[in-house]
Amino acid sequence: MTEKTFICRCEDLTKQEIEQAIDEGYTTLEELKCKLRLGMGPCQGRGCLLLTRRILCQKQGKKPTEINIPTTRPPEIPVSLGTLASEQP
Amino acid sequence: MTKKTDVVIIGGGINGCSLAYQLAKQDIDVMLLERQHLCSGGTGRCGAGIRQQWSTKENAELAIQSVKIFEQLDKELNAEIGLRQGGYLIAIHDEKELKQAEKNVALQKSLGLQVSVIGPDEIQKIVPILDIKGMRAIAATFCPTDGHADPFKTTDAYAQAARRHGAKLQTYTKVTGIKKKKNTIECVVTNKGKIKTSTVINAAGPHSKEIAEMINIKLPIKPLRKEILVTERVQPLFKPMVISFTDGIYFSQQEGGQILGGISNPNEKNGYFSDPTFFFLQHMAQTLLRYAPSLNTVNVIRQWTGYYDMTPDARPILGEVKGVSGFLQCNGFSGHGFMLSPMVTKLLTEYIVDGKTSEILHNLSLDRFTDKNIEKEAYVVG
Repeated sequence: MTEKTFICRCEDLTKQEIEQAIDEGYTTLEELKCKLRLGMGPCQGRGCLLLTRRILCQKQGKKPTEINIPTTRPPEIPVSLGTLASEQP
Repeated sequence: MTKKTDVVIIGGGINGCSLAYQLAKQDIDVMLLERQHLCSGGTGRCGAGIRQQWSTKENAELAIQSVKIFEQLDKELNAEIGLRQGGYLIAIHDEKELKQAEKNVALQKSLGLQVSVIGPDEIQKIVPILDIKGMRAIAATFCPTDGHADPFKTTDAYAQAARRHGAKLQTYTKVTGIKKKKNTIECVVTNKGKIKTSTVINAAGPHSKEIAEMINIKLPIKPLRKEILVTERVQPLFKPMVISFTDGIYFSQQEGGQILGGISNPNEKNGYFSDPTFFFLQHMAQTLLRYAPSLNTVNVIRQWTGYYDMTPDARPILGEVKGVSGFLQCNGFSGHGFMLSPMVTKLLTEYIVDGKTSEILHNLSLDRFTDKNIEKEAYVVG
């Protein structure tokens, strides 16, 4: 990984931007999400959250299990409003 | 952790962080305690709207003054808050709603707000994607200076400014008790130790009720789950927040292109129910497409929940309570804590620093609930 490597492709966040935010004191995935919109795009953090967790592990000398992953929110995949509206109760 | 401070603020949402900034700026020694991370509660989950159109004078005044503060906040805090003044368009569906709207517009105009009742043609002009027939509107009210800001950015801007002025913001710190001696506060107990203080501001959203119970103060607050969704980014389509009290819906388009909105569930019960429901997705999609059929193919990417901290009159509880000196409330916003925060926190800061009281603090004190004729805020949505 280089500094210019994109970690969150939905929200265009590079490794450098994420590391800078961590250095500024945003040291949990939840805080990075609030600060940078990390994992808030259409893929909902499928790739970036685990990659960022690895960066946090390296920077803080922690194990992956010591780092909380933000709550996973529905829907599992993007669904159109039309599809949702057509569903019968 | 510091063991002694002038003021302890409980809750790291918009109100807590704004209070921390304003008090620290006045050279007050202040510590904010947040059990999770900043913005982890109502503020970070809210619809981000900023509305000045209200049915009660206190809310309208607080909102109008708050917008004036929001308008210069970028400069004051030296950070972007993402303010976008695209207006609020409130749909009117029948004669009864029209009468209430005319009454409210008169009140709002008397307070200096630029707001008017508009007809179907103008609704269409302001928000072209709306289907007047589908939304069953006969008119609307519109205030062009309403809008929205980014709750994450705004809270972060306040937090950073607070730290620059020396405030201590302690995250992942849970308050487990408050101790008092006679009628004054002695200390706040947390999972990370005790903090001596004489003043506590309770800004913990729905959890404010549990905080107040620690010193036997009863707050009439009930948590009410609210659901909200966001879509993928689409091209710019409209600027105002569109709301309807009849349908319980609100939606707006963010600067980044996402459409964000929610709708109330008429059968929702009070309590800490955090799970999102499929009923909401369907109810929201059906109603939203009735209002704006062209959004049919737009993808929903996320739904989540949060709580309104509901009071009996849907208005906040502010200021010092009788019985415990130095215990101040900044809660019970009933879904409007973000938009009212600038002025509310200014009034509370003036009270703490100079002992300055005001009609609003008096009218929105906890004491008002002992009166049987409380005036209820009629304009609550979502």
